[in-house]
Amino acid sequence: MTQPALETINLQKHFGGVHATRDVTFRLMPGARHALIGPNGAGKTTFVNQLSGVLPPSSGRVLLEGIDITHLRPDLRVRRGLARTFQINQLFKDLTPRQTIGVAVAQRLGIGGRMFSHFAADRHIATEVDKLADDFRLGDVLDLRTADLAYGKQRLLELAVALAAKPRVLLLDEPAAGVPEAERRDILGVVQALPSDVAVLLIEHDMDLVFAFAERISVLVEGALLVDGTAAEIAVDPRVRAVYLGEGNHG
Amino acid sequence: MPPIPSPTLSGHSPRWRLVLEVAFWLLAFSAIFLMPRRLLLLNEIAILALFALSLDLILGYAGIVSLGHAAFLGLGAYTAGLACKHFAVDPLLAVAASAFVAGLVGFATSFLVLRGTDLTRLMVTMAVALLLGEAANKMQWLTGGSDGLQGVTVPPIAGAFDFDLRGRTAYVLSFLTLLALFLIARRLVASPFGMTLRTIRDNPLRAAAIGVPVTRRLVTIYTISALYAGIAGGLLAVTTQFVSLDVFEFSRSADVMLVLILGGTGYLYGGIIGAVAFKVLQDVLSGLTPQYWHFWIGLLLVALMVVGRQRIGSWITRPFSRLRAFGQPNAPDNGGVS
Repeated sequence: MTQPALETINLQKHFGGVHATRDVTFRLMPGARHALIGPNGAGKTTFVNQLSGVLPPSSGRVLLEGIDITHLRPDLRVRRGLARTFQINQLFKDLTPRQTIGVAVAQRLGIGGRMFSHFAADRHIATEVDKLADDFRLGDVLDLRTADLAYGKQRLLELAVALAAKPRVLLLDEPAAGVPEAERRDILGVVQALPSDVAVLLIEHDMDLVFAFAERISVLVEGALLVDGTAAEIAVDPRVRAVYLGEGNHG
Repeated sequence: MPPIPSPTLSGHSPRWRLVLEVAFWLLAFSAIFLMPRRLLLLNEIAILALFALSLDLILGYAGIVSLGHAAFLGLGAYTAGLACKHFAVDPLLAVAASAFVAGLVGFATSFLVLRGTDLTRLMVTMAVALLLGEAANKMQWLTGGSDGLQGVTVPPIAGAFDFDLRGRTAYVLSFLTLLALFLIARRLVASPFGMTLRTIRDNPLRAAAIGVPVTRRLVTIYTISALYAGIAGGLLAVTTQFVSLDVFEFSRSADVMLVLILGGTGYLYGGIIGAVAFKVLQDVLSGLTPQYWHFWIGLLLVALMVVGRQRIGSWITRPFSRLRAFGQPNAPDNGGVS
């Protein structure tokens, strides 16, 4: 059997009395198009935060390509090829997209600590920034202040920055959250055009986006994995329907 | 491809900026001939500007707030003072020793400071300065305690340039040091390293998520900043030939913060402009009302905050960007974006 790109083993997270992640054993295969869905408060973002190293798990392990990264710092996980985007924009409001993407590129090239070379004049950085800006439709806003960008553009920048790290595993935390209908197509477009060798885990509420994108789907309910299967299996699974319809009944 | 505009200066073309900058430094240098009677004041301004520049490196570029930056000024001052007093070393060597000692302590304390939130940082930086100040007070055998460090005799620089009573040598030394360290700082903040600092300032969580080693970057810049402040302290000691406990005092840390806010953060000239404004105001106001000059500084600060133009520098540079925008009707005027 091939080795999973990213794997959790018996992952648990307690916040005081709240059991936010319950014994989650999960596998993301290389190049996968995998979605993680679940009702509000199911613990999806908590789970992603443990994968990316923002939150330490209470117990259990996280493996990246077979290597235990449970206690590795977030920036070192990025170096090993695990990148993520954030549900709520976590961008650098006073920097431009060019600077933002440039920093991510510089870190990946291992020149982020250079003190006496000129950031703006660096050819390697500039070439990659231009390429990413093209891929993510940011060419026309590269030199504007990030805080002044349209919301949809900020979401695209989120994706571009994550991709600048050239990850082999990419965690997308609700990339289309709050994006107006007209701009959702842009987001879906770039998400579908992600390099096929990158394993992508998509956390999303929008079922249209989930079924347009995912080949495999895992369903998280109250912190535990309820079911895991192909998109077709999940679409007809009665338990999943019950969870979503049940939630609907309670309003 | 076009150069990346710095977010604080996006409204100015590089050419205008260069002209302004060269004019500024030439003016500052020509003060030696234009204001020969005020060189002692100018020396104080240059040292305060360097001190504020050092604070800007951590506050303006990395978002580290400090109310105890005097810790490093004081360390630098005592180091240079003691080196001159006991070993009669060349003043340049004494100042280099100041940089070394302050940088070393900056590195050691950075691990304390970088924990926690802004409030924690304010408290810890303040505590470090208080501890050092009290230590200097207690170690009377070394520092002279509350009497100050007496009998500091500073030999001529390189055996050739003696410190005169008018402060000519002092100002030239401080001015050239400030210029050199300013140029290094400017290089630093435009480097990839400097850009990663800005990501940390804006959002440390996200900076880590794009691969920036946040702690290591902060330790580095904090150490550099301490080293800069140490040099300011060293200059203070060798140019005034005296060191007293007030170099560690809270008011030093608070004043330099005020200077930086007056001039603007995240914009290396802010510290310099702020220092000029602060010292000139102090000089003029304390001449008028020796007791109450802080009242007027306070009033000015309030007015500045209410008006919203936090940066005196933008009063100087904005007219130029307007001028430029006038020639190019479509050019955006965002010279004041902070």
